[in-house]
Amino acid sequence: MARHLLKRLAHAVLVLWAAYTLAFILLTALPGNAIANLINNPQNQLTPEDGKILKAFYGLDHPVVVQYLRALDALLHGNLGYSLSNGVKVSDLLGDALPGTLRLTALGFVFGAVIAAAVGVAGSYTRWNWLRTLLRSVPALAASVPSFVVGILILSGFSFELHLIPAVDNGTLLALVGPAFTLGIMISAPLSQVFSASIEATRRQPFVHVLQARGAGERYIFGHGVLRNSSLPVLTMLGLAMGELIAGSVVTEAVFARNGIGQITLNAVNTQDLPVVQGVVLVATTGYVLVNLVVDVVHPLIDPRIRADILAGRAKRIKRSTGATPVGPGVDEAMAPRLPEEVATR
Amino acid sequence: MTATVGNPAPPAGAGETGRPAEAPRTRAIRVLLWSLRHWSVVVAGAILAVAVLWALVPGWFTHANPTAIGATDKLLPPSSAHWFGTDRLGRDQFTRVVYGARASLSGSVVAVLIGVTVGSVFGALAGWFGRWIDALVMRLIDVVLSIPGFLLAITIVVVLGYGIPQAAAAVGITSSAAFARLIRSEVLRAKTSQYVEAAVASGARSPTVLLRHVIPNSLGPTLSLVTIQFGVAIIWIASLSFLGLGAQPPSPEWGRLVADGRNFMASKPYLVVYPALTVAVVVLAGNHLARHFAERQKR
Repeated sequence: MARHLLKRLAHAVLVLWAAYTLAFILLTALPGNAIANLINNPQNQLTPEDGKILKAFYGLDHPVVVQYLRALDALLHGNLGYSLSNGVKVSDLLGDALPGTLRLTALGFVFGAVIAAAVGVAGSYTRWNWLRTLLRSVPALAASVPSFVVGILILSGFSFELHLIPAVDNGTLLALVGPAFTLGIMISAPLSQVFSASIEATRRQPFVHVLQARGAGERYIFGHGVLRNSSLPVLTMLGLAMGELIAGSVVTEAVFARNGIGQITLNAVNTQDLPVVQGVVLVATTGYVLVNLVVDVVHPLIDPRIRADILAGRAKRIKRSTGATPVGPGVDEAMAPRLPEEVATR
Repeated sequence: MTATVGNPAPPAGAGETGRPAEAPRTRAIRVLLWSLRHWSVVVAGAILAVAVLWALVPGWFTHANPTAIGATDKLLPPSSAHWFGTDRLGRDQFTRVVYGARASLSGSVVAVLIGVTVGSVFGALAGWFGRWIDALVMRLIDVVLSIPGFLLAITIVVVLGYGIPQAAAAVGITSSAAFARLIRSEVLRAKTSQYVEAAVASGARSPTVLLRHVIPNSLGPTLSLVTIQFGVAIIWIASLSFLGLGAQPPSPEWGRLVADGRNFMASKPYLVVYPALTVAVVVLAGNHLARHFAERQKR
């Protein structure tokens, strides 16, 4: 088990390095280097000497490969470089903004999971056909409405009309509800879709019929068999949802005018502040990869089949950060190929 | 699945189409029956058709100029003259929504085309040649997918600059990884098929087999991903424009219109609601068609 963990950890580090390199290539090595553009911009009224000093400060007087190695070296020492617009350390900038965004995404995650669970369970177990139809269409609806629209509707309805939640971030938990709910609705769509499909598939399995035949009630069957069996694909989806949460916080923070990583990203994009953008990509990818690592670790704890596979050394490259694990009969159907794609994209 | 928002009820008289069972079912009747049974698919198709017409020939739907400033009709509420009201510069909002379809739809079409093209090239190379090319491409896909998608799109926008074509390219490149992965698996499947074996055995060279047999046969199954991706691209491009990273003023675009109307949200909600609903309804219609295709394919 320890070896499995170590392998996953090494893979995560490798992915992070590759993602950082990709971002570096995108932002620094491509022609039309934005840092140079910024320095050469006549509006900044920099003398050629100033430009030279600045270039030296940001290490631009070296060849790209040296720049990359220096950036990597600095990164290993916890230094993400300096903001181009105000010279602040990127790590400080992100460190200050991270707690707010983490609170937002954490609550959004909880909302999303609760909505998805409610829609999934109620949609599968309700006796009323109209409610089933209604709940089945909820994910499709949630996936079709852009999150900025959801956010604006919540803001106008609950803040401007009903005055239930504050319109601006005043630091209270109540101010967090609106944006977190927006995020929650956004990620609940794929989660509930997968959860519904998974519950349906699990309920058709022989063991459910056996339990029914032996007189177990639906509630008992759900709690003791169906829930655990159908939660596996959802677990994979939770990892994917994390990426959406991080990216979605950019839009949500813009709608609700909150400070955080999203706001910093937007400012950095508008001022071509490349080191900051690069830092944001690294932090977001780290969060994403970490959550998927946790999902990987939790998987064998829930599913004894995977655990057995790992212990027997049969774990063929289990799943990469975004791939889906076919974990046995019944679950395959819930992981029909179109689902992950449908999700990975928003 | 039929309870879609914004869709009108099925055509009147849907319930009482008295059809004698013994009557010969002509093609027309069969089409009619199919449409009645799948009325939501028909409605979704109609919505998409209207949106496409908005993008292609906006002049058919409105005679106003989307960028003409009217000093005397600022912030008018919806009326028969201005269906969606007018914005803070007195421009007719309905006209701007109609003309906005061009930026939004063409942007997403370009994005999906880029995604499919780039994805096909990488996916086909990986699936066909295998070995180290496959390993390399798959690792690359892993890396691209490990960066949260929308954030990667934003990063690419930083490099390319603002505008609808740039936003479309950013969204397309971001989505190409998912396409590449799917097409690779399809190519792997097609590779073992008899028609490919026959082509190879009859002496066709790799590029010919790839272009004439493998890729055309791999594209079919990706149709549902294409349709889904189309809706996603609309949302992403609208979101980028909403953040100010896509369409630039004064050109109309749906996300941009929502962003512009946001400041008047408290007093003039219609400025936001109509463009927002337009995005939602069009994407909903697209996703509904996508699901329909996917279900047909499964059968």
